[in-house]
Amino acid sequence: MTRFLRLTYVLIGLTLLSTSAIAETPFPTIHEPADESLKCIQPEDEMRRNHMNYILHQRDITMHEGIRTETDSLAKCIDCHVEPNEKGEIAGIESDEHFCNACHQYASVQIDCFQCHADRPQKYISRSKHTSSIRQMLQHTLAAQDPSSEGVDQ
Amino acid sequence: MKNSVNNSRREFLSKAAVAGTITIAPGVLLHQTANASTSTKADDEPVSSENRWGMLIDTAKCATGCTDCVDACNEEHGLIGNNRPASDTQYIRKVTLKDKSTGHESSLPLMCQHCETAPCADVCPTGASFVREDGIALVDKHICIGCRYCMMACPYKARSFVHEDVKNQTLSSPRGKGTVEACTMCVTRVDKGGIPACVEACTAENHNAMVFGDLNDPNSAISVELKNRGGKQIRPDLALNTGVRYQGL
Amino acid sequence: MSKIEYTAVEGKSLAYFALLGGLAFVMLLALLAVWYMEHNGHYVTGMNNQIVWGMPHVFAIFLIVAASGALNVASIASVFRKKIYEPMARLSALLAIALLAGGLVVLLLDLGRPDRLIVAMTYYNFKSIFAWNIILYTGFFGFVGAYLWTMMDHNVYKFKPYAGFSAFIWRLILTTGTGSIFGFLVARSAYDAALMAPMFIIMSFSFGLAIFILVLMASYKWTGMELGDAVVNRLRNLLGIFVASVLYFTAVYHLTNLYATQHHDVERFLLLDGGIFTNVFWIGEVLIGGLIPLALIYAPGVKNCRTTLGVICAMIIIGGLAKVYTILIAGQAFPLEMFPGYEVSSSFYDGVINSYTPSLPEILLGIGGIAMSLFIVAFALKVLRFLPVSLADSVADPHAK
Repeated sequence: MTRFLRLTYVLIGLTLLSTSAIAETPFPTIHEPADESLKCIQPEDEMRRNHMNYILHQRDITMHEGIRTETDSLAKCIDCHVEPNEKGEIAGIESDEHFCNACHQYASVQIDCFQCHADRPQKYISRSKHTSSIRQMLQHTLAAQDPSSEGVDQ
Repeated sequence: MKNSVNNSRREFLSKAAVAGTITIAPGVLLHQTANASTSTKADDEPVSSENRWGMLIDTAKCATGCTDCVDACNEEHGLIGNNRPASDTQYIRKVTLKDKSTGHESSLPLMCQHCETAPCADVCPTGASFVREDGIALVDKHICIGCRYCMMACPYKARSFVHEDVKNQTLSSPRGKGTVEACTMCVTRVDKGGIPACVEACTAENHNAMVFGDLNDPNSAISVELKNRGGKQIRPDLALNTGVRYQGL
Repeated sequence: MSKIEYTAVEGKSLAYFALLGGLAFVMLLALLAVWYMEHNGHYVTGMNNQIVWGMPHVFAIFLIVAASGALNVASIASVFRKKIYEPMARLSALLAIALLAGGLVVLLLDLGRPDRLIVAMTYYNFKSIFAWNIILYTGFFGFVGAYLWTMMDHNVYKFKPYAGFSAFIWRLILTTGTGSIFGFLVARSAYDAALMAPMFIIMSFSFGLAIFILVLMASYKWTGMELGDAVVNRLRNLLGIFVASVLYFTAVYHLTNLYATQHHDVERFLLLDGGIFTNVFWIGEVLIGGLIPLALIYAPGVKNCRTTLGVICAMIIIGGLAKVYTILIAGQAFPLEMFPGYEVSSSFYDGVINSYTPSLPEILLGIGGIAMSLFIVAFALKVLRFLPVSLADSVADPHAK
């Protein structure tokens, strides 16, 4: 390889390395709960490092043993940590403004809690009453399945 | 005859009162003591096999068109239909039965039967499908891999698979795409001393077709009712010892 | 007997790269299908709460069953000491590994939570036959891999009989486990039969050998190496026995069910009323998969015709897919019999025959699994020496000397 070619490659490499320094990912801002008298179940340093151990252990004892104290409740964590911003909007789990996702997106550690658990306190979830439409759907389906057409005699 | 009283009227009234009481009493009994046998454990206490939670359903009191239990369940657990009945989740459904020999029609709500030796718990490769100490069959969705083998194994077709993304889940039922779910006997309510939403709705609307209680407690309303008028399992031949029993089958 | 010389495929021709490229393209389509299904959720497929396992599982179970059967040739060589099969043992073991890998990939990619594979490998419920199957499948790779090693490395050649025997026993247990996935299900009328496990073993013999013959003939034809009639006819006769055995087991399964009145409804559905399921059974499983191949195998005029043998093997494969389809889908289509003596209806499809329309992503995933197995074989043949240089009659036939 000629010296010129070698130099070109080195320069390209240096450019690529330096771009990572220029375009730095900003450290996430953690939103403290509005009510400063509220304390987490453990001190901040402990939670920052080990919150996953608490969560993983507690989900097992809740699931298998039915232990449902406040410290074991993921919903209680969310009640405190997920709050609307000044404009009254709540950031969902997809956004990097969400309490959990802010750090997890930065650290690139995927969590799947919110595939099943609600990502915001229940009081901010508005559910329309679907019961009447479900009843209609059920009755429609019941009527559509006429036992005399293709049902199997049991 | 100053002291002659028309005893026939008195007798009629007293007999009517007794007859009326006997007719209403079972309903009153079910209504009043439906809440009597519930969990009394503390929040930090684990569940134990001292209790065995079960349900008793009287199909004679269950009206064919009524879906109060289903509606209550759907609302409690946030089960919104996506207009895809083949793949939408149903924890509980109303089944209409027509006796082929007599033509007699009846109906009953069918949900997870919470078997003692549940086939779903036997076949689950990761152990996500399990029966808790107190008899409630559950899916630990943290370790469910969505293989659907439990759905193949369930004799009651009680389980549903979540076929799409879910948002805004309720506290009673964290649920998500790719895992399997079924009636939990409202375990979050039961652990806090409550009763399942379906039983509550049926009782609140005065149908009184459903009772919830502790099968291990001989004095609970459900045990008393089972002792007096019996109750059958669906598919008793499988010897699964279900927690849900039916009268009038 | 002279020492067998093995060779690797040269693999430099345009045709070879076209083959690899084509198979890779099919695998890419399958991956796209998987992404589509996983991203949107399974509502985009034909599978639902009634038909829980669909086309991906048909292909996966077929491949897994065939994998264990593909090892047959090697087992007959090492365990039963039939010399004529010995040169083909390496290819047999390779094919077994490749088919199992393809089948497992299809199975795993259809999971609701394929990202939880680590969970499946670390949380075990030992009462579940499914959990046992996970151990059996990974063990199969280990045992057959070790077996291949003893066949290919002269330093460990002396362990070949032990490795071969272990692999043979392991694959019998594995196929028993696969059949028991259905045999252990008390809930469904079409399953819950002790016959399921041995029937799956005999199915594995038939499907595995059919695929092996096709791969063998293709390998030798496309590389221009010699493949004599002695070997081919031996394999062909063996195939005939296996096809007949599968028909026998099918007959016993249905006849036994027909004897019990409680099973009459499900048998009527499977054999008469089931619409597409009945057609797939009689035309696919029995006719195309059984009777016509049998007739062709033993027909006097076509004994040495390779093309006919290829067609026979293809028919057996189609019949095999049909058989797995019937077992899997028809078994789920028939409703659960919870209330004997009653007509049942509900909003959850109780009491009705469930219908199943496979969707394109599901079929693509299944075909992708087949493509992956074939890709592994084609690639491995170039990398290592699996094929004997010649299987001509003078070389391979022990009676020719």
